[in-house]
Amino acid sequence: MYEILEKRSLNPTVTLMKIYAPRVAGKAEPGQFIILRTDSEGERIPLTVADFDREKGSVTIIFQIVGSTTEKLNHLNVGDCLHDFVGPLGRATETEGLKKVAVVGGGVGCAIAYPVAKKMHDMGIEVHSVVGFRNKDLVILEDEFKKVSSKFVLMSDDGSAGEKGLVTDALRKLIENGEKYDRVITIGPLIMMKFVCQLTKQYEIPTVASMNPIMIDGTGMCGGCRLTVGGKTKFACVDGPEFDGHLIDFDEAMSRGSMYKPFERKAHEETCNLFKGVE
Amino acid sequence: MGKPNMSLKKNEMPVQNPDVRNSNFLEVALGYTEEQAIDEAKRCLNCKNKPCVSGCPVQIDIPAFIAEVAEGNFEKAYEIISESSSLPAVCGRVCPQETQCECKCVRGKKGEPVAIGRLERFVADRHNEKSGQSFRKPVPNGHKTAVIGSGPSGLACAGDLAKKGYDVTVFEALHVAGGVLSYGIPEFRLPKSIVQKEINGLKELGVKIETNTVVGKSVSIDELMNNENFETVFIGSGAGLPRFMNIPGENLNGVYSANEFLTRINLMKAYKENSSTPVTAGSTAVIVGGGNVAMDSARCAKRLGAEVYIVYRRTSAELPARAEEIEHAKEEGIIFKFLTNPVEIKSDEKGWVKSIVCQQMELSEPDESGRAKPVPIPDSFIEIPTDCVIMSIGTSPNPLIKSTTEGLETQKWGGIIADENGLTSKKGVYAGGDAVTGAATVILAMGAGKKAAAAMDEYMKNNN
Repeated sequence: MYEILEKRSLNPTVTLMKIYAPRVAGKAEPGQFIILRTDSEGERIPLTVADFDREKGSVTIIFQIVGSTTEKLNHLNVGDCLHDFVGPLGRATETEGLKKVAVVGGGVGCAIAYPVAKKMHDMGIEVHSVVGFRNKDLVILEDEFKKVSSKFVLMSDDGSAGEKGLVTDALRKLIENGEKYDRVITIGPLIMMKFVCQLTKQYEIPTVASMNPIMIDGTGMCGGCRLTVGGKTKFACVDGPEFDGHLIDFDEAMSRGSMYKPFERKAHEETCNLFKGVE
Repeated sequence: MGKPNMSLKKNEMPVQNPDVRNSNFLEVALGYTEEQAIDEAKRCLNCKNKPCVSGCPVQIDIPAFIAEVAEGNFEKAYEIISESSSLPAVCGRVCPQETQCECKCVRGKKGEPVAIGRLERFVADRHNEKSGQSFRKPVPNGHKTAVIGSGPSGLACAGDLAKKGYDVTVFEALHVAGGVLSYGIPEFRLPKSIVQKEINGLKELGVKIETNTVVGKSVSIDELMNNENFETVFIGSGAGLPRFMNIPGENLNGVYSANEFLTRINLMKAYKENSSTPVTAGSTAVIVGGGNVAMDSARCAKRLGAEVYIVYRRTSAELPARAEEIEHAKEEGIIFKFLTNPVEIKSDEKGWVKSIVCQQMELSEPDESGRAKPVPIPDSFIEIPTDCVIMSIGTSPNPLIKSTTEGLETQKWGGIIADENGLTSKKGVYAGGDAVTGAATVILAMGAGKKAAAAMDEYMKNNN
């Protein structure tokens, strides 16, 4: 079974867990994801691999409590087991030929951006990190990012942490100041990634965005995660999750991402009420 | 044996009333009683040359098991079937008997053939009801073998190898075993409890099933053979990759592949209240395609409360689905639109499906498939208002294993190349079922799994 080895709260709505899953830990690479179910009736949700320890057979996931399943997940503790945990799925981040990159993360997306930044740093690639959060209470992985980045810029919507403004403001400044990036890697909310990609397109900097659409099996079987890239339909689970950000149809992706919003809201409320009743 | 029953007609299969069943997910066909089974079994003439057996992809000794049913020896009948088939309760339900065993039946020359499929189902169900009557565990022979995929071909292969004493591990990517039997075929046609019973039977034989393992991602075939000491590997990974039409609007909200729609319903139980996985069939659903999967999708959508259309570009005569499935769909109120081919899906202002635009077709000369080729009639379009579209136009093999296994040769379209015994281009690696042939039937996949099991047995016996 997939035992929870460690659990840590990174901020009031973001939790880190280390899960015992030797097969996944043995093969995982930054950029890939897993799918889990909390219980025998649970839905399958994809989460990106935040870290792994091949020797201990553990995989780290970081999740934001946004819906019913992440709520249930957050109520599990060290020693409890997940019902299902499968992976690693998708393709790993490509690093070939890179000398200098900017990693742009937003919100809980930083949990996915961090292992990518770390891997690149470990490979000798110069990494600049730009991370954005709504406010200082939501900041995660600040120290970790600093360790692997030769430049680190923290942004917040209200200015309570780092500089006030959007990640695109910070990225524009870096580029205007003459920083030359071989690639920008952006991971975060769709709307943020859309604007990062619009910006880097102006400067003709190759950019990849990590997509996290609705999916079920994660192996190419259902097609629920499809998106349009350069006019062609791609499956995020097997062709991605990283794609050329200048070719992604973000508006379609945002529309598809909202498909089950009313259902999700209701399910989340019901789960919360359930836990309230117990506590 | 007494005098044969010379009735020209099969004993009818009791079924749920169409107007009742089209709003529930319980099994449609209810199965024979003992009396009906014995009466039907007596229609068999016990022909010496057994034409029916030649129509069975796994060569069940059909007259022999039917003779036992006629005598009321139901458990003996089960033993005869299970010598050849690992999944009789499944095959009795989903095999296209009308084009296999039953179409060879002598009784079919004048009147209806013997209801072989219904009798197979009866025998298997009766055995399963009295669980506990399991087979003795085979003596281990010390050889270790891996099976990739727990669908029909993988389970058939695993069952045959386990019976011979092999240490068999089946690797399954999803969280539940069964492959298409679990995620694809709906509850009302094949109850999942039946699938689980058949799988439990294999576990009792000693077969280990490792779910949540995606071979090609979690572990490679080379790693299984080199690091985990599996002497042979059988690839039964199926044809799970959905095709789309590549028409405008196909990525709108409310457009599903049949795979996604059926997986949400069957694997994730989205039809149940309080399911944690949602599905929506809207108030009107349009299913594109005419195969068994299209019928399954249509009948599921109906049960979720939608008015359902099947849009097919040829005519009723060319529908690839089984006659029984088409009949059941019609009875349940599914509306067929023939000679109609989608060209665009239109969106409302919120990114959801609003309608589907189709072009009218007419049939011309037969194409390479031998069926009359549908050609568009210029300027003849219809628009069907709908809020759900389900694309059911076929699937192809998943490239995951091919792309991670060096030396494994495949066809251009993705099918794994294997000889008549299932041996691939890689030593010790066998393959069968839809992964080799492209999408076909449960029983053909089982036949391929059994053939490969025999070849793997030969190979491992001589590989000490």
